[in-house]
Amino acid sequence: MTTTAPELVAAHGLHVTLGGSEILRGIDLSVRAGEVVALLGANGSGKSTLVRALVGIVPLSQGSVELFDAPLGPRVPWQRLGYVPQRVAAPSGMPSTASEVVASGLLGGGRLRLPRGWRERTADALDLVGLADRADDSTAELSGGQQQRVLIARALVRRPDLLVLDEPVAGVDKQSQETFAETMTRLVDDGLTVLVVLHELGALSPLIGRAVVLRHGRVVHDGAPPRASSTHAGATHQHLHPHEPDDGDGPVTGPSTGLSDTLYRGLAAGHTPRNAS
Amino acid sequence: MTLFSELAAMLTDPLMQRALVAALLVGVSAPVVGTYLVQRKLSLLGDGIGHVALTGVALGWLVGAAMGVVPNDALAVPGAVVAAVLGAVAIELVRERGRTSGDLALALLFYGGIAGGVLLIGIAGGSAGSLMQYLFGSISTVTSSDLVLTVVLSAVVLLVGIGLRAALFSVSHDEEFARASGLPVRSLNIAVAVVAALTVTVSMRVVGLLLVSALMIVPVAVAQLMTRSFRRTMVVASVVGVVVCVLGLSYTYWNNVSPGATIVVLAILTYLLVAALRPLWLHRRPRVARDPHPDIPDDVELDLVPTGTSNRTTGGDTCSA
Repeated sequence: MTTTAPELVAAHGLHVTLGGSEILRGIDLSVRAGEVVALLGANGSGKSTLVRALVGIVPLSQGSVELFDAPLGPRVPWQRLGYVPQRVAAPSGMPSTASEVVASGLLGGGRLRLPRGWRERTADALDLVGLADRADDSTAELSGGQQQRVLIARALVRRPDLLVLDEPVAGVDKQSQETFAETMTRLVDDGLTVLVVLHELGALSPLIGRAVVLRHGRVVHDGAPPRASSTHAGATHQHLHPHEPDDGDGPVTGPSTGLSDTLYRGLAAGHTPRNAS
Repeated sequence: MTLFSELAAMLTDPLMQRALVAALLVGVSAPVVGTYLVQRKLSLLGDGIGHVALTGVALGWLVGAAMGVVPNDALAVPGAVVAAVLGAVAIELVRERGRTSGDLALALLFYGGIAGGVLLIGIAGGSAGSLMQYLFGSISTVTSSDLVLTVVLSAVVLLVGIGLRAALFSVSHDEEFARASGLPVRSLNIAVAVVAALTVTVSMRVVGLLLVSALMIVPVAVAQLMTRSFRRTMVVASVVGVVVCVLGLSYTYWNNVSPGATIVVLAILTYLLVAALRPLWLHRRPRVARDPHPDIPDDVELDLVPTGTSNRTTGGDTCSA
């Protein structure tokens, strides 16, 4: 990556405290135009909180975030940012069609009403995620993976320059994962900048140029994406359970990359099996 | 023939004309606001605001009595509007802080509202009985100036509720996404709260403060049984609202029963009827049978792997150590 590209995300000394506990402890993060950055880490390491803080959902207790060179707030060109949250399991209280949900992605950044031609743009975005035929179906009738794709379409409909995704493939069926990887490949080729929270690199690994690894609310690695260990090789492998034996201070025997210690030590102790969430 | 003359008599009665216009406006606007409340799982917000509005009624009465205004309840409705708006904004700000404490704060507001109303009306020289017409509605006493206020407030409610439909949908559907899209989330939330407060005070005359919420929520519950889109839900709910309000009110022209209670019972009967008939048209719509379990691999290896459901590489996997 060239270092001359403009910085789309710039976080300095970020601290976030939620419910009295310090979730993020001094994060510095920069994402430049054209990069595809993966945010990795165990459950509870703070990666979701970090992206939620970056897009203004979670208040910062200390530090600063700049998006597109503007401090977090009304001056940010919000239309250039697309955010895909982790899929919420509980359905909303009201029926709503896929196209209604996607259309809400056209609002914001000073726009309170749908622009002209919103139907076409909504249809295009749904087509991009392979759901053109489900536009008028209630989202409650879609599978989990399809619901996730609706949320991705909602972020893409505004044609963002920067896409921030929070575990887009967790608990998603295989077909949706593959469709997702294809869509992302096309968009990245067109110059989209991506910051994506992942539990493992998985099907997206060919795209990812840089990985940031969080542990206990701090960045422990920022650089080349760590390779999966030999036992976990394969693009389709779902790394759900890092079962490396914890030998106290002894060497970790599982992953065989130089990054293994920053990634996996201590994970085996007290981690809970990861479900679809 | 008698039916026509009876209907003509009803429609030419100026008292009934005013009442019908009020019922029509309330029937349209209450479900529009109710749609957003149901969507954000705040179905009981209308009730909370209604309780607070009661204190406003009593406060208006007290101020009116102190100032020597001629009909001593002339300031009751304006008092209700002010108290309801303030109460709704307070509830919204408390809700923003966090859910658990918000629940408790809502309860405090409910009981404070009723108790405050009864206490203040006593100080104003009235009795708790004076509050009955506000608690249960008094559409037969709608005056021309009441009607003007109803028209203006309903216009505001419909303008905000329909004009800002997309933005209010976004905020009510997924507040976090709305925040990340750069929508003014707090202002929109307060807009919903204020519009709900105005609806409560508008509907106060028709169904009474204790039943206001039913008019906002029950038509939406009926519509939800029939629709799959948000827009259609809102339209159907408004149609249901208008039909039950006008029919319920007309019924009380010939029968001496409470209009508010009749309207609400009619709405709930509609809900039961639609719920009972729903299977009839639902089975015509083919539903895709799908496995509710997510299609992700597990950590165990079995000899009998179901075909097509596992993408796990076999052999050499030490994961299950």
